[in-house]
Amino acid sequence: MKHIPGVTSAPTTDLPVLLPLDRTRARPPEAMMVSRWLAGLPAWTPLPLLALMLLWPLTAEAAYTYGQAVDALWRWLPFLVKSGFLYNVVISFLAMAIGTAAGAALGLAQISQIAAIRRTAWFVTQLFRNSPWLVLLFIVMLALPFELVIGDTIISIPDWTKAVFGLSLPIMANISEIVRGAVQSVPSAQWEASEALAFNRRQILWMIILPQCIKRMIPPWMNWYAILTMATPLCSLLAVEEIVTLSRQAIEAEDNHPELLVPFYSFIMVIFFAYCYPIARLTVRLERKFAVKL
Amino acid sequence: MTETAVQPPAWTPDQPIVAIREVRKAFGELEVLTDVSFDVMKGEVVCIIGPSGSGKSTLLRCINALIPINSGSIQVEGQEVHSPHLDKLALRRKVGMVFQQYNLFPHKTALQNVMMAPVHVLKEDKAEVEARAYRLIRKVRLEGKENAYPGELSGGQQQRVAIARSLAMNPDIMLFDEVTAALDPETVKEVLVTIKDLAAEGMTCMLVTHEMGFAREIADHIYFTDRGIIVEHGPPATFFTDAKDPRTREFLSQIL
Ligand SMILES: Nc1ncnc2c1ncn2[C@@H]1O[C@H](COP(=O)(O)OP(=O)(O)O)[C@@H](O)[C@H]1O
Ligand SMILES: [Mg+2]
Repeated sequence: MKHIPGVTSAPTTDLPVLLPLDRTRARPPEAMMVSRWLAGLPAWTPLPLLALMLLWPLTAEAAYTYGQAVDALWRWLPFLVKSGFLYNVVISFLAMAIGTAAGAALGLAQISQIAAIRRTAWFVTQLFRNSPWLVLLFIVMLALPFELVIGDTIISIPDWTKAVFGLSLPIMANISEIVRGAVQSVPSAQWEASEALAFNRRQILWMIILPQCIKRMIPPWMNWYAILTMATPLCSLLAVEEIVTLSRQAIEAEDNHPELLVPFYSFIMVIFFAYCYPIARLTVRLERKFAVKL
Repeated sequence: MTETAVQPPAWTPDQPIVAIREVRKAFGELEVLTDVSFDVMKGEVVCIIGPSGSGKSTLLRCINALIPINSGSIQVEGQEVHSPHLDKLALRRKVGMVFQQYNLFPHKTALQNVMMAPVHVLKEDKAEVEARAYRLIRKVRLEGKENAYPGELSGGQQQRVAIARSLAMNPDIMLFDEVTAALDPETVKEVLVTIKDLAAEGMTCMLVTHEMGFAREIADHIYFTDRGIIVEHGPPATFFTDAKDPRTREFLSQIL
């Protein structure tokens, strides 16, 4: 094997036990866990939940009937979807777009030939990959000003843009790892063959290495999209008006009857399931497909 | 190595096209090449044989600057390969290399594999390169396979595409590193025929090979390496019959 800075660590021995542990090729086992778990569920999973919603009245007090609670949900439902869940989707799209762009750049920086860039990118990646998402969200919320003053125009920064930014950070870090791992999964012989043909490093990366591993990046990338979408309710803790926030407000508007909790939160669960389940199924299918034809 | 602004005297074809002088290469503690020196003249075919791990691949990789050497000098057409002022890409345009594992680009067809480097590295006209690529693919006897992906080709076919890919750069020297070692016995021959054609056309070739019959037939000179040292060399006529060094004799007795 040949040593390529940032890409391979040259082994000094042929004995497998003495080779440095190849962190790069061993994808962390939990990397695709969410999608595998979700895709492994049967499509009828929400049904017992709905059954639970209907059985719940047996144990409820009579003062506010369960039927009234379900009616309330029915009334609020269009609002929750249009002004709430759509918001979650928009936040997830934007955070994914920003996180992917930044993560791709960071991932490429992780294989830079310049040691300072490589180490910095590695550090940034590890920092954001291993921080709790909620902590990142809070830091971004508090660290960013609520308005920008440029000259005498005041641009206010709405909370939801901060939430987008906060959620894009862990996505960025994880995409960075996906990019680095994918590039390093291409055998170093491909680098060597291209170098022997007088390609420069940039050409090798963009014309030979990346096109070979782009497919390999898609399933883990989608996996992170599903994780991100399911994490968007975290924004409710920051008063961003997404579905969980609005549901709480709706329950309040309906006089906080405890009977409202199960229908409303079950509904949230069902809608997230309905959105993420097909994505997970597709992710797992693509992963299988790409794993065969490498 | 001292560096002067003075240009080296222009290389002329009567001088060695590859001049290797006292090259030493170590990977950490492991000494892989010790004091290797020899010359290759233009149009010559040189075979390097020797046991596995004796540094044959390393030597070839040093010649096109894929890896640096620790000391000594390698000149290709009068150009010092391990000078910090070397234009590596210019050197690699002159030196083609074919590997044991073919290393074709799996996401490109045979034709695209052959065309890529001339189009993107040499910036040549695409139509011209395409015509040349068709010609080269015919030359390695693969007409009709232009649009096949490497995964759809046999090992021998892939290796011939790899040779065509290398030739598309119009190199002056070709390096072959055990190019038949990964092939089935039936397909070895088709690759050897291709190399023989090349040699017959006057291409300077350096080959690492375990095909002794082939080496005997094609080589102008054979070098035997053992643990990074050239222990014996000579023209095939005497090399196989008159080996002096016991290491050579032992190796030959095992392999012949
Ligand atoms: N990049 C490398 N890093 C460390 N050791 C290497 C490297 N490449 C080759 N070696 C070692 O150098 C020795 C010679 O290797 P090589 O030139 O491939 O031998 P050959 O081609 O004659 O079989 C072997 O012991 C091999 O393990
Ligand atoms: Mg070798």
